[in-house]
Formats: sequence, C-alpha cells, structure tokens
Amino acid sequence: MSTPARPARPALLVHRVGGPAYVEDTGRPGQAGIGVGRSGAADRAAHALANRLLGNAPGAAALEVTLGGLELEVTGAPGAVVWLCLTGAPAPLVVAGREVGPGALVAARTGDRVAVGTPTRGLRSYLAVRGGIDVPAVLGSRSHDVLAGIGPAPLRPGTVLPVGDEVAGQPVVDGVPPAPGSDPGDVVLRVVRGPRDDWVADAGVLTTGAWRASSRTDRVGMRLERGEPGTEAPAGLLRAADHDASLPSEGATRGALQVPPSGEPVLFLADHPVTGGYPVVGVVVDADVDRAAQVRPGETVRFRWVRAGTDETGGS
Amino acid sequence: MSTARLLPYGDRAVLVEVEDTPAVVRLVDALAVAGATGPEGPVAEVVPAARTVLLVARPGVPVAAVRAAAERTAAEQGDRAGDEAGASTGAPEAALDAGTIEIPVVYDGPDLAEVAALTGLSEREVVAAHTGRPWRVAFGGFAPGFAYLVGGDPRLHVPRRSEPRTSVPAGAVGLAGEFSGVYPRSSPGGWQLLGRTDLVLWDLDREPPALLRPGAAVRFTEAT
Repeated sequence: MSTPARPARPALLVHRVGGPAYVEDTGRPGQAGIGVGRSGAADRAAHALANRLLGNAPGAAALEVTLGGLELEVTGAPGAVVWLCLTGAPAPLVVAGREVGPGALVAARTGDRVAVGTPTRGLRSYLAVRGGIDVPAVLGSRSHDVLAGIGPAPLRPGTVLPVGDEVAGQPVVDGVPPAPGSDPGDVVLRVVRGPRDDWVADAGVLTTGAWRASSRTDRVGMRLERGEPGTEAPAGLLRAADHDASLPSEGATRGALQVPPSGEPVLFLADHPVTGGYPVVGVVVDADVDRAAQVRPGETVRFRWVRAGTDETGGS
Repeated sequence: MSTARLLPYGDRAVLVEVEDTPAVVRLVDALAVAGATGPEGPVAEVVPAARTVLLVARPGVPVAAVRAAAERTAAEQGDRAGDEAGASTGAPEAALDAGTIEIPVVYDGPDLAEVAALTGLSEREVVAAHTGRPWRVAFGGFAPGFAYLVGGDPRLHVPRRSEPRTSVPAGAVGLAGEFSGVYPRSSPGGWQLLGRTDLVLWDLDREPPALLRPGAAVRFTEAT
C-alpha cells in the first residue's frame, strides 16, 4: 500500500470483566414475527441519559456493566481524546487514576486506563463514549441478546470496541447528578392486572407482601422468590387455578409477570422470550420496568395494582 | 364467526384473543390492510401466536389508539364473516404474499411411522397429505427463524411426543398439534419428525435472515 497509514481510530480495549458486560443500544424492534425479541439496554432511561449527555444519537451503543469490575484501556492515535460518561447504577469511574462521579463527562486519552467500580446501589451501569461503540450491527442493532444468542458477543479480556461517530450535537452540560434511586428493599412496581389473572387461584397474592429477586436473575428476567426467610410471614405463592386446558403460547412484552407452575413469578426484562407458555397475571407499567432492571439479586420488590390508561401509570 | 376479545396487557399493549390460529392469520392480515401495523399506524410491534395477537403501541401513541384500531378491525371482520358463511382456513388466499416458498423434504424422519399410526394413514399417505396442500406461516417464536405453519391437511393433527428429544437437528421437519414446522437450528424439541430439508431456515448473513416470515405461503415437496 502506498498511501500513508491513517491514524488508528480510537477504541476501548477490554482488560478485565467483573460481572457480565455487554454492548447494548435501543434494540431491534419489529422482528418478533421471526422469533427475534427487541433486546437493548435493560435500563433504557439510563442508557438514553448517557447518550444525551454526550451529544450522541439516541440509538448509539454503550456498555451495560453488571455490578462493576470492568477495566478498559483507550487505544488510538497518540494524544487522541475520547469522552466518557457513566449512568445507571452509580459506580465510581476511575480514569487514569482519577475518580469521577457518575453522570459526569470525562475525557480519556490514548493509553489511559478506565475502570468501573462496584456500584453503591443498583445492578447495571452504562458506560457510554461520545460517538458510540461501533461494532458490527446484527439485524439492525448492536445489542447482545442473551436469550437469542445474537448481537455483539459479551465483553471479555481482549475485546476491542471501536469508537463510532454517531453524534447528534455537542454536549450541553458537564454532567448531571445521579437520579434519585430507590433504597434497597423499597422498590414498589406498579402493575396492570391481566391478561391471564384468572389462570391463578388468587392474583391478589402478587400484591401481598414482598418478593425477593433470585440469584437466577439475568437480562431475560427477574425471577422472584418470597421475601427474606424468617423476617416476614410467608405471603404465599401464585397457585394455578383449575383449568382443563393448557394455555397456548402468546406474545410477551418487557414487564410481563409470567407465572410458571412453581408459583414464583418471573418479571420479563430486555431479552425476554417473544412468546411464553405460562400465564401472565399482570404487566408492570412501562415507566417502572427500568427500575426493575436495577434490582439486585437478594433485594426485595413489592407490587401495586394500577389501572391502565389512568394518570396513575404516568401517562404514555 | 369472528369473535375477538381484547385483554389488558400493561399500559403499552393490548392482547387480542381469537378462536383459532387461522383467525390469528386473518386478523394480522386485516390489521395490515387497515394500515394499523404499517409505518403510519399506531402499532409498533405485532406478535401473533396460536390464539392471540399482541399489539404494542408505537412510542408516543396512547394504547387507547391501539385498542380502538383492534376493535374496529375485529368488528369489520365479524361483519364480513357474517356475510360469508364458511370462513377461510387461513390458507394463502390473502393478497399480501409474493409467491410460495417451496421446501424440498426427504421423508425419512424417525416419527414417520408413529404419525402414520396416530393418523390411521400409511407412511406414503402421510407424505402425500403433507405435500398435498399449501401451508401458511401463522407466527414465529420458540427460536429465531422458527415458523408455525397452518392450513395444511387436517388429518395430520397429531400430539407432540410425550418425551421431547434433547436434540433435534437443524432442518428437521415436524408436526405438533395443528402445526407443521422446520427446526432452524439444532435444539431440544418435542415435535413429531417426518423428515429433513437442506434449506437454511435462518442465516444472519442473509437479508432477510428468516426464510419463513409471517404470512408467507409454503409448499412441501418430496425431494428425490
């Protein structure tokens, strides 16, 4: 080749991964008919906030980091600068040995080490870079779907994440204070009853007492168990009503509370199955699903019935 | 008669329940014709299934608009069904299709004899029944690229295997209940396997990646 080498594009090189870390964007809508769910960031609001702060296009891909532990290095031309921002579960972000708070815009130069620490609360932090993560899109999205097994592979040491150019404007603020999160054990999710509340003996069991997020919680769903053993009278499980037929599989959305025969519901999150065969007793209001995605295994949640189409659901 | 029931599904979606899978196919067609599921319509996501169609509202569109579109379309369908006694089977009469996808099958599946026994047909008659009538993709799900086909010969309705297989190879062609289908990739599965095809059902390097999409007409042929 006779042309001089172009300066290397900036990229983030993964050195260490703690909890699961994925590339996620706003997902791949409209493909349920071929068995592909939407996927995308589990906490959509936190993901969108990071892109907004950096002046990125809304659909730019960022890193979803579960319980911290991610260490990266900025690579590229000498002296090149990338801008980073961390949202979602508030965690210390250390750039070249200097700690910055969540929600702040921070510059990192070629050679700088970047580390996402353990969040003080919440489960999923979003580390975004100005321009977005530019890995190849699959079916129109740079989201890893853990259920369908499509999209960019989970991060591991050695993964190279090129920085893209999906910008929509200039950043207008230096940062924002972290969103006021709920205290652990204080998460109340609003839920609209149905469509299959008549398939359990008493759907009211759902809103009675606390449920604990199981350790088998992932991007597919939050599996719920009954509250802390010994600390509270057991409030019971969701028992099947008598039906002589089985329910044919039907479409599902984020926020659906599906009840398997165990009586312990599963709250569907970003990578939920497109269709499910167990009855859905209620569906968490869309505005509350992001909060559900920040509940750690072992923490408790409660549910409160609301009616759809009222001010109670926070509008549409 | 078309009797659709609208069920609540959170604050952003509506679940429409109809009497059978052909009615699902007709409702999805009718919603498309009415523009409800098009780029200008209120519906962002359509998830057809065996007895239901889940309709998710487009961002910024109130779910009431989705509910209204579903009610209107279902009511129009009800009127039409009243006019035309003997409604369709969901076979590919709708004008939305472009051509029929042909799937060549080698009919040497491990459950061919079992299907013959269950249906009272000979193995050759099972093959003739499976290839004799066109099928239609009613919905997807289970795995990327898996399509539930309806509208075939009703004599082929057989139950799932009582013991699912831990591994079914990609390309396996099977029956379960009123459906026929082709496994897009190796997976566990409980369908009765009639044979296999060399066609690739799911290929991410192809556009579109799924060979069989909802609404598509399909004909199985015997590979020689």
